[in-house]
Amino acid sequence: MNAQTVRKLGRAALLPLLSIFTALLVGGVIIWLSGPKFNGDWFGIKFVLDGYGGLFLGAFGTQKAIIGTLVRATPYIFAGLAVALAFRCGLFNIGAEGQLTMGALLAAGVGFGVKGMPLIIHLPLTLLAGMLGGFVWGMIPGFLKARTGAHEVITTIMLNYIAAQISGYLLNGPWKDPTNVTAQTPKIAESARLPALLPGLHWGVVLAFLAAIAVWYFLWKTTWGFEIRTVGANSSAAKYAGINVSRNIVLAMGLSGLLAGLAGAVQVAGVNYRSTLGFNVGYGFDSIAIALLGRNTALGVVLSSLLFGGLRNGATIMQFRTQISSDIISVIQALILIFVAAEQIIRWIYRVPATPDDAGQATLSKGWGKS
Amino acid sequence: MDREVVLEARNVTKTFPGVVANKDVNLKLHRGEVLALLGENGAGKTTLMNILYGLYHQDSGEMLVRGEAVRISSPSESIRRGIGMVHQHFMLVPVFTVAENIMLGAETVKGLSLDSATVRKRITELSEEYNLNVDPDAYVKDLSVGQQQRVEIIKALYRKADILILDEPTAVLTPQEADQLFAVIRTLKAQGTSVIFISHKLKEVLAISDRIMVLRRGQVVGETSPEGATERSLAEMMVGRSVLLEVDKAPAQPGAVVLNIHDICVNDDRGQQVVNNVSLEVRAGEIVGIAGVQGNGQTELIEAITGLRPTKSGKVVIGGQDLTNAVPRKITEAGTAHVPEDRQEDGLVLSYSIADNMVLNTYYLAPFAHGVVLDEAKIRENADELVKKFDVRTPSAVVPVGNLSGGNKQKVIIARELSRPVKLVIASQPTRGVDVGSIEFIHKTIVAERDRGAAVLVISAELDEIMSLADRIAVMYHGEVVAIVPGDQATREDLGLLMAGAKLEGVGT
Repeated sequence: MNAQTVRKLGRAALLPLLSIFTALLVGGVIIWLSGPKFNGDWFGIKFVLDGYGGLFLGAFGTQKAIIGTLVRATPYIFAGLAVALAFRCGLFNIGAEGQLTMGALLAAGVGFGVKGMPLIIHLPLTLLAGMLGGFVWGMIPGFLKARTGAHEVITTIMLNYIAAQISGYLLNGPWKDPTNVTAQTPKIAESARLPALLPGLHWGVVLAFLAAIAVWYFLWKTTWGFEIRTVGANSSAAKYAGINVSRNIVLAMGLSGLLAGLAGAVQVAGVNYRSTLGFNVGYGFDSIAIALLGRNTALGVVLSSLLFGGLRNGATIMQFRTQISSDIISVIQALILIFVAAEQIIRWIYRVPATPDDAGQATLSKGWGKS
Repeated sequence: MDREVVLEARNVTKTFPGVVANKDVNLKLHRGEVLALLGENGAGKTTLMNILYGLYHQDSGEMLVRGEAVRISSPSESIRRGIGMVHQHFMLVPVFTVAENIMLGAETVKGLSLDSATVRKRITELSEEYNLNVDPDAYVKDLSVGQQQRVEIIKALYRKADILILDEPTAVLTPQEADQLFAVIRTLKAQGTSVIFISHKLKEVLAISDRIMVLRRGQVVGETSPEGATERSLAEMMVGRSVLLEVDKAPAQPGAVVLNIHDICVNDDRGQQVVNNVSLEVRAGEIVGIAGVQGNGQTELIEAITGLRPTKSGKVVIGGQDLTNAVPRKITEAGTAHVPEDRQEDGLVLSYSIADNMVLNTYYLAPFAHGVVLDEAKIRENADELVKKFDVRTPSAVVPVGNLSGGNKQKVIIARELSRPVKLVIASQPTRGVDVGSIEFIHKTIVAERDRGAAVLVISAELDEIMSLADRIAVMYHGEVVAIVPGDQATREDLGLLMAGAKLEGVGT
């Protein structure tokens, strides 16, 4: 890596890092307000530091903490890559949530429905079923956009509801575990489960890192990726250059859905061993924040996922040590998202001038209003 | 000249990160004077005017209006001080009337309602005083471009501007409309208004101005009067070296028909038919130019030929192959090069490097790809070679194209399109917004393609460009080809009249 590349990476990471820093600062003020304030140690500031200390310890402090963080980061990586890939094609995939649900459902269906197969066949089949569910659920809005111009933001939101309803029907009806009152499928077969890499850590995390490398290679090193990126950067130039814009929109949404579906499938095969109603809610939406924070790059998504996974995982220790509600994590995540989306605030606070290189960056606002 | 100085810039310097846009610029504008500001794109004309108009502020130096040092911080303040600006792109609301547009932002009220009677009366007075011929009750969308420009001028006069800045005012006009504008400028001048006329067109500058200031790389490199200058001397001042204004070319040697457009009709984005039964042939070894005022169907015609817009009826045949409504890739692969009209929007991906832009429509072919894997080394090699061959001024081929100047952006497109072995070259506005030095290069390249045996179709709003390049000139008006004139027999006047819709006896077909 030469000096120029390092500088470029540094510049790309500067605003996200400042956003995280600012969010933690504002989050700290909120914790302080909720704490003992003037009768605590150091006017209540120690309370805030204890809270953040617990958060860090719970996220990265011990081997157990790191394993927990990695497990929580795994679905984030898949779903974050999904949103980032669609973004590179100029598409704002709000539907990772629904695609993830469909992936989890189909994976669970194959996992408990198929019996007596060796792991070497059953596990890949389970994961493939999850990918297929997400792929189809992503392709539908892609196809609607390419054919009719229907905005993917609207159609993916609608499909999220449909996925939730399908899930509700299956988990309360035909696929319900008859031995339990909860709306969930039976446990999947042993042969459909992701084996452990270390105690408490399943192989899905390795798959997630491999997926990040695959997405990076696909986007930046292949002609397919070149086409998708060109459509996203300037669709009229893509059309002029002979690139089939419609086909690439359908493809990008399909692949995005595939990754989100894999997020669901890996949760089923590696963590829950079944699909439970309302169990994976929120991953799809958090992944939008992760893609934005990671600037729609594979490496950025992995780092952001580790951060978000760490926050979620550390929240428990924090709450245990200081009684700070773990909901503060959602506040901090939301603040990060606000600062990343409204980049101008961060530029203004820290006087970061815009550079010509920034011109090509996809920003949140660009995802809207572009047909 | 001992008349009152109404506007003065003293040692104005303005830098942007990495660029000195204006350096120690001194300028004096007298009462009732037309001062032409001449310079290539990026020479600093617009920056200087934006400082005058309050959009930027200078880093150092002084600005004086009527002898008083001022710091103009916003356009509304500059209007208060009597400075009006007519931008290249008009700032009018199409669905409002002329009077409504003019009072917008300076509404006269009577109680709670708008006092449009007073406004209309004032507009009529101004219109008569300056011979502008504008109807206050007409809707702006129904006016011609020339009329809209006069609305902009009245808008400035209505706000009591006596210093008028016109930014490239003739770019959108026919030669006849430009003459009308010049008449208006002369009237304004006679009434004591001072005008700054920004242009890169040498003929116009010589025709209308009292004094000419030439800017190059942010500095004033010369000041002269129309009497003491020629087109050649001005061009040399602008570029800093001697330039070839005329295109040097041998007579055409037309061969077989390469492009055959037969009776095509095309709709615009709103579903209006804007190309009406156009037929045109372009032969190998000749340059056919399409002249016409912008918005007469040229854009849609080219988009239909290149596969970017559906053809309603008729046929497009390229090299014997029927390519009516074919996809762009098929048309490209049939040997067509297309330099698009809007290079920012269609021709380039601004966030991509020069190297990626150089393979924008060949990335999937060997040697740039093996199967589906891109060969970055080959893509880079190709770019380095083309950057050198086509003289693209850039530190390296990995720079994003968006960072290049207009002329260099266009060179990237020309390099990409003409480095392939093509049979047909379609170039829309090949030198729009491009500096004189690059224009010369682009024209030479186009002529070289013709001499190599390619059929060339050039569309340009610049009559001079069409006249110097084309072997045959087709004039478009209201979606029709109204005349095809041999290049060596065409005169400016005839073409101008044809572009305005007049029928000429004894000219054309």
